[in-house]
Amino acid sequence: MDTHTLLQLLGEGTVQTLIMTLVGTLVSYLIGLPVGVSLIVTGPNGIKPVGWYNKIMGFIVNVIRSMPFLILMIAFMPYIRKIIGTGIGTWATTAALILAAWPFVARMVEQSLLEVDPGVVEAAQAMGASNMQIIRKVLLLEARPSLLNGAAVATITILGYSAMAGTLGGGGLGDIAIRYGHYRFQPTIMWITILVLVVLVQIMQEIGVKLAAKMDNRLN
Amino acid sequence: MAEHIISLQGVTKEFDTKGGKVVALKDINLDIEKGDSYGIIGLSGAGKSTLVRTINLLEQPTEGKVLFDGNLLTGLGSKELNLSRRKISMIFQQFNLLMQRDALGNILFPLEIAGVPKAEAPEKAKELLKVVDLEDRAHSYPSQLSGGQKQRVAIARALASDPEVILCDEATSALDPKTTRSILGLLHKINEERGITLVVITHEMEVIKQLCNKVAVIENGEIVERGEVQEIFKKPKTKAARKLFFPDGDYREKPLTKTSTKNRVRLVFDEATAGEPIIANMIMELGAPVNFLYANLDVLGESQKGQMVLCLAADKETADKQKEYLKAKNVEFIEIDEDDEYGEEVKA
Repeated sequence: MDTHTLLQLLGEGTVQTLIMTLVGTLVSYLIGLPVGVSLIVTGPNGIKPVGWYNKIMGFIVNVIRSMPFLILMIAFMPYIRKIIGTGIGTWATTAALILAAWPFVARMVEQSLLEVDPGVVEAAQAMGASNMQIIRKVLLLEARPSLLNGAAVATITILGYSAMAGTLGGGGLGDIAIRYGHYRFQPTIMWITILVLVVLVQIMQEIGVKLAAKMDNRLN
Repeated sequence: MAEHIISLQGVTKEFDTKGGKVVALKDINLDIEKGDSYGIIGLSGAGKSTLVRTINLLEQPTEGKVLFDGNLLTGLGSKELNLSRRKISMIFQQFNLLMQRDALGNILFPLEIAGVPKAEAPEKAKELLKVVDLEDRAHSYPSQLSGGQKQRVAIARALASDPEVILCDEATSALDPKTTRSILGLLHKINEERGITLVVITHEMEVIKQLCNKVAVIENGEIVERGEVQEIFKKPKTKAARKLFFPDGDYREKPLTKTSTKNRVRLVFDEATAGEPIIANMIMELGAPVNFLYANLDVLGESQKGQMVLCLAADKETADKQKEYLKAKNVEFIEIDEDDEYGEEVKA
C-alpha cells in the first residue's frame, strides 16, 4: 500500500472513530446525565427519595454495566439492524456504543454528584430553593469540575469501545487494525493505528483535565 | 400579648435507626417573640440541631405543630413552604457556601431563587457585602476566604432575602475566639438594628452570654429550663443549666479533691451588689474565714455579672450565719451539694 492510500485510509478511520466516539458520548450523556441525576435525587439521602424508582433504575444500570461490551453488541445486533437497517458500519456501532455507555455515564455522573457537600444542598433547601433549582444551580454547578473529568474518562472509554467494535465490522480505526494489521499481517499498519489511538486518548485526557481545572474555582 | 414569630407546639421527632426508635425531641413547646435573640444551648447530642431544623422543616416533626408568624408551617405544600423558608434564613457551622461561586455570587443565590430581577440583584448583593465589611472581597471564592470571612458571606447571603428570622446553627463553633467575637458582634448588630429575630444554637455559654436575651437549656431532647439569660445566670435551677453556666475549666472538668466540698455556695453579684465589699465585710463581722474557689467577671449582653464560688465555714452554725448575712445583703446564691459538682436541683 502506498503512503497516499494509507493516509487516506487512516484519515477516514480517524474521522469515523471520532464520529462514533463523540456522537456516542454526546447521546450517552443525553441519557446518562438525567439518569445519574435522578439516581442521586431519588436516593435514600436525596432531595426527593423515591425508593422503588431508585432500586429499579439502579438495577437496570447494573445489569447493562455488567455485560462486556462485545457481548452486548452482538446480542443487540439483530435489533439494531431492525431499527436502523444495518448491523455494521459507523452508525450501527454508534447505536451499540450508546446502548452500552449510558449506564456507565449515569454512574460517573452519580459519583460526581455524590461529592457535592450535603451541607450546601441543605443550605439551598433552607433558602426555599425548589428541587429543580437545587439540581440546576447547586448539584450540577458544584460538581462541574468532577463532571468534566468524568466526561473525559467516559469519552476515552467509549473510544475504546468503538475500537473493539471494529472487530465486528464496526468501522473506524479498530476496523483498520483488524483488517489490515491482523488479517493481512501488516504490523506496521497495526502499530500506526495504535499510535493514532494513543494520540487521540492523550488529547481527550488533556482537554478534560485542563477544562476541569479551569472551571474549578476551588483551586485558584 | 407579645407576638410570637416562631411557635413550636408539642413537637416530637423520632428517628428510625437500626437499633430501633430514637427520640430526638420530646414534646417541645417553645415560643419565640419578634426581636428576640433566643439561645438554645445543650451538650452535643442533646437534640438542639434537630430542634432548629424543625423550625424551617428541614426535619419534619413526627408530631406537633410549627408556626411561623402565626401561620402553620407543618402540612404546607412544598411551594408554600419554600415561600415561607425565604423569610427564615439559616447560617451554619461549616458555612455551606457554594464553592464554585464567588462571594457576590453566593449572595446572589437566594435572590435568584426568589426571582429578584437581574437588574436589581447585584446592587443589593453589593450593599450586603458592605454590611458585612467585605466590599473588597466580592470576587473572591470561598476557598480564598478565611473562616470568619466565609461566615460573613453566609450572613450577607442570609440577609439577602430580607428574612424575619435567622437561625444560627453553631455559627461560631468552627472559628477562633477573636473571630467568634466579631461574628457575634455582627449578629448582635443585625438583631438590634434590623430587628431580625435570632435563634442561636450553641454548646458554648459565651455565645449565649454575648448574644442572647433569652435561653432554653435542652437535654436529652427536652427543654429543661428556659427564661431570661440574666435570671438563669443568677439562679440556674436544673443540673443541666448549672453544668453550662458554671465556670469552665478545672472546676468543671475535675471534681475538687484538695479543698473541702462542705458548705459551698455560688454567688452572683450584679450592679446592685457589686459596689460593696460584701464578702470582706462578712468575714470581718462574723470573724469566720471563707475559702475562695472561683471568681470571675462575666459580661451578659450589656451588663456585667460577678460570679464566685466560696467554701463557707466548716461548722454548720457559722455557715448558716454566713448564709443569713448574704441573704440580708441581697446577694443571689445557690448552695452546692457536698458530693455534687453542680449543686442540688432546685424544685421549681
